[in-house]
Amino acid sequence: MKKTVEFFCSLKLTVALLAFSIVLVFVGTLAQADEGLYGAQAHYFKQWIVLGAHMFGHKVPLILPGGYLLGVLLLVNLVCAHIYRFQLTTKKIGIQLAHAGVIVLLVGQLSTDLLSRELQMHFTEGQLRNYSDSATDYELIFLNGDTVTAIAEKSLKPGTEMQIASLPFAICVKENWHNSDLNFRAPMLQNAPPLTTNGVALSFDFRKVDDVKTMDARNVPTAVLEFRTPAGSLGIWVASDWAGDAALVEAVRNGYAQMGAGMAQSIATKLTAPQSVTVDGKKFTFNIRPLRVYHPFSLTLLKATHTVYPGTDIPKDFRSRVRIDNPSAHEQREVEISMNHPLRYGGYTYYQYQMDAGQVAQQAGRTPSSVLSVVRNPSWLTPYVGCGMVGLGLTIQFLYHLVGFVSKRKTP
Amino acid sequence: MNKILQKWFPPFLMLAMALWFFAKLQSPPQKDFAFNEFGRLPVVFNGRTKPMDSLARNSLLEIRGKQTLNAEPWKGWSDHPKILSATEWLANLMMNPGIADEWPVFRVDNPDLVSLLKLPDADPAKKSDGKHFSWNQLQPVIEIFEKENTRAQGVESANRTAYENAIVKLHNGLMLYVQLKNTLQPADAQDWPAELAQFEQSIPDGMAAAQAQQAGKKFDTNAFAIFAGDISRFQFMGSLETPLVLPPGSGRDWRRMGDALLAAPRGETIDNFVRDYAKLAGALAAKQPESFNTALTDLRSQMIPTQAKALDKCRAEVYFNQMEPFYNAMIIYVLAGLLAIFSWFNLSETLRRSAVWLTGLALAIHTAGLLYRMILEGRPPVTNLYSSAIFIGWGACVLGLILEKFHKNGIGVVVASGIGFITLIIAHHLALEGDTMEMMRAVLDTNFWLATHVVAVTVGYASTFVAGFLALIYILRGVFTKTLDEATGKSLARMIYGIVCFATLFSFVGTVLGGIWADQSWGRFWGWDPKENGALIIVLWNALILHLRWGGIIRERGLVCCAIFGNIVTAWSWFGVNMLGIGLHSYGFTEAAFKWLVLFVVSQLAFIGLGLLPAKWWKSSSQRAAN
Repeated sequence: MKKTVEFFCSLKLTVALLAFSIVLVFVGTLAQADEGLYGAQAHYFKQWIVLGAHMFGHKVPLILPGGYLLGVLLLVNLVCAHIYRFQLTTKKIGIQLAHAGVIVLLVGQLSTDLLSRELQMHFTEGQLRNYSDSATDYELIFLNGDTVTAIAEKSLKPGTEMQIASLPFAICVKENWHNSDLNFRAPMLQNAPPLTTNGVALSFDFRKVDDVKTMDARNVPTAVLEFRTPAGSLGIWVASDWAGDAALVEAVRNGYAQMGAGMAQSIATKLTAPQSVTVDGKKFTFNIRPLRVYHPFSLTLLKATHTVYPGTDIPKDFRSRVRIDNPSAHEQREVEISMNHPLRYGGYTYYQYQMDAGQVAQQAGRTPSSVLSVVRNPSWLTPYVGCGMVGLGLTIQFLYHLVGFVSKRKTP
Repeated sequence: MNKILQKWFPPFLMLAMALWFFAKLQSPPQKDFAFNEFGRLPVVFNGRTKPMDSLARNSLLEIRGKQTLNAEPWKGWSDHPKILSATEWLANLMMNPGIADEWPVFRVDNPDLVSLLKLPDADPAKKSDGKHFSWNQLQPVIEIFEKENTRAQGVESANRTAYENAIVKLHNGLMLYVQLKNTLQPADAQDWPAELAQFEQSIPDGMAAAQAQQAGKKFDTNAFAIFAGDISRFQFMGSLETPLVLPPGSGRDWRRMGDALLAAPRGETIDNFVRDYAKLAGALAAKQPESFNTALTDLRSQMIPTQAKALDKCRAEVYFNQMEPFYNAMIIYVLAGLLAIFSWFNLSETLRRSAVWLTGLALAIHTAGLLYRMILEGRPPVTNLYSSAIFIGWGACVLGLILEKFHKNGIGVVVASGIGFITLIIAHHLALEGDTMEMMRAVLDTNFWLATHVVAVTVGYASTFVAGFLALIYILRGVFTKTLDEATGKSLARMIYGIVCFATLFSFVGTVLGGIWADQSWGRFWGWDPKENGALIIVLWNALILHLRWGGIIRERGLVCCAIFGNIVTAWSWFGVNMLGIGLHSYGFTEAAFKWLVLFVVSQLAFIGLGLLPAKWWKSSSQRAAN
């Protein structure tokens, strides 16, 4: 027992952990060129053990402790050292404070990782939103009148059959592609048979593609599903986020713009045409869309402004003017959200993220729109506190040494 | 006598250098045409209001890597080739292109490209130095060039060969040249004032003809052809995204000459500035200095009522350009550093003090330049890679002089002048990429975070480099000289330790402040972005050194080797992560920098290797007890 405590208190462990952290951060940074930011995060930092790494486009056999493991061990090491090793003297008070600050930072980061949630809110001018979309997670939804049944896209495992209480049929997952692309099936030009003969698959070919690597791109999931009732199959259907997301539909429409505005519009309409199955006279419309989180209040985008420096397209400023409507608090007010000036409201923070406004949107004839990044992070204050503690601690310790050094030199 | 000399030599030397610097502050002499005054006119390019002088200097830097133009590069320096100031070149390019097109302004280094374009070799008889070529020399081969350029543009910038890079660079230079040539008048104008007057006269008839033609009626073909010809010339000017030269007025923002000319047929009266610039051009082409200078005075006096602020700012910026504070400080740093290194060997206190005085002067000029830049930009000191180099040098120099004040052993002053010199050289090369005072993109447009996070991180970089540089001195003096005795070694190690503590504090606070900024603007404190990771590695490395030292795992020499590795870590964070070309901070990618970074890393590893040699191989080992 004593040996274990000694091990976890020891400075040698600290040194080893710091050294491993440096290696891990370095490897994890290099790997971003190959694996993308999110990929590298998941592979190296949000991980207990790292097996194999990517460097300069090559695979390197390597075993490293992952970010979680190092973080937890550092935390244990620090706490142990505080309990058993550090003496609480005025001479060492700065060191104590700095290390306590590091503990706050580590705990804060860990809890951020576990508790924080990143969402997005897309709207064009004049639109009202009382929900935010997840940027990474999706859901398969069934709409029957006002009743929504949502199934997380992650739980759609190919080859499984799901029975959901609120649905009068079972869902057989044939395929579930985390990222997909689509092609319009131009009439008369297709030789290959469609994926299925129902709904959207008649007009579009969907196919699996590799997951995105860059930060500003995202995956578009598509699933091939069969709905079965005890009486028999309701057919095989394709449900795709391509149809569920207005921005993607817009992108598809623009992609076929050279075929003429009318044709592009008709292609977009084919993509968004609702798909449904009917059981016992009940109609279930289904779709895949980004996971929605509803808020007890709403935001309305009043104006999206994108200014550039004169004579250039260097962005100078992005800002969204929004109205908050919160009936339960009898609150209705306007507020401006811009780069570096987020809105903190109702436990969420709203940041200006992307924008399609100004001259670009005007020339293309699009209604100005804005994307806010919506973050819920209960531990957002910990970095402020931790940074203050470490900064203060190190400053105290540093001044203590400096004063000692200078006065020693003054007395010959 | 000797004592007096020893006492007064250092301040005297500093005074002499200060006088040298002040003598350089005067504007270059001008005989007839007031080009200096032309250089103070405001223009807007890349979103920034700047003097013509800055536009001229930055353009020349981009096209030929120098701020002046050597019009006769084939002549040796002893033959006094004709050197033109940047503004004289720009004025001629904009308003008298017939002459400017003869000047060898495009620098083409790549031998493959030179031979592809069949450009002349170095030969005074052919008036060529084999490296600099004029617009007229390039014209006959432009088709061959364009063919290769189309191919090179298709290659992703990271995968381009040196040859392809040279092509793209020349293409960018040519594009900029064409932009500048079409800024004040159509590049093909023969007699612009007359052509402008003619255009004005032709508007009513031309418009009538154009309307008739559109309506399918009979029209005056002659009037229509002349008018349509002018319009298409002006449309071409407008399409080039030339600098904006016409000041705001009657509710309009700054605008381009081409746009203003196109607005005339729509019923807008032609701006007075358009006419004034035409007058200026006419006088320059006709070689009439008096009327050029009068036209220039008229132009300026017209701008004064509305553009007084811009004119003042431009005047100040031109003065800053002429001062070249960082270049001059660099020269004085070299001198100071050499004196200080000599002082190690003969232990001359006078030399050491001279070095300190000179470094003080260089630091004063460096500081003046830094402050001047901050006032011009209205920004904290660090806004881009260029200014980070300047600020790292400044911070390191201050730290070095403080060390010198306490230790008085000629080491701090070598650190100060050495890092001052190296960082200013780096800044000098970074300036070749274009305007160093470019406007800040939306997310960076916050003085608060630039002043706190960026400054703290940069001080962290600077101090880590100071520790590393001290460690290099330790190794160099220890291995190759006998000057590293016990006391010097101890004092160096103490300095390194102290600076590492300082570096830990600043790099930590700076990094976390960066996280807080990210939390404020993107909603996440830490995103594992390459630049963030680079800064984190510096913090971790400094913390590791301190813990190794506290644990007694490393001693004096271990500390020294670790501090040198700190140089690698910092250089990686400063430049290396930009080269990955990913993430939010990946601004300022520079191709040539990669080669230098690799060289730097290898050299630092070599020093660590030296540091690990057994003590008996060290030349200084006889001077000290084994450690």
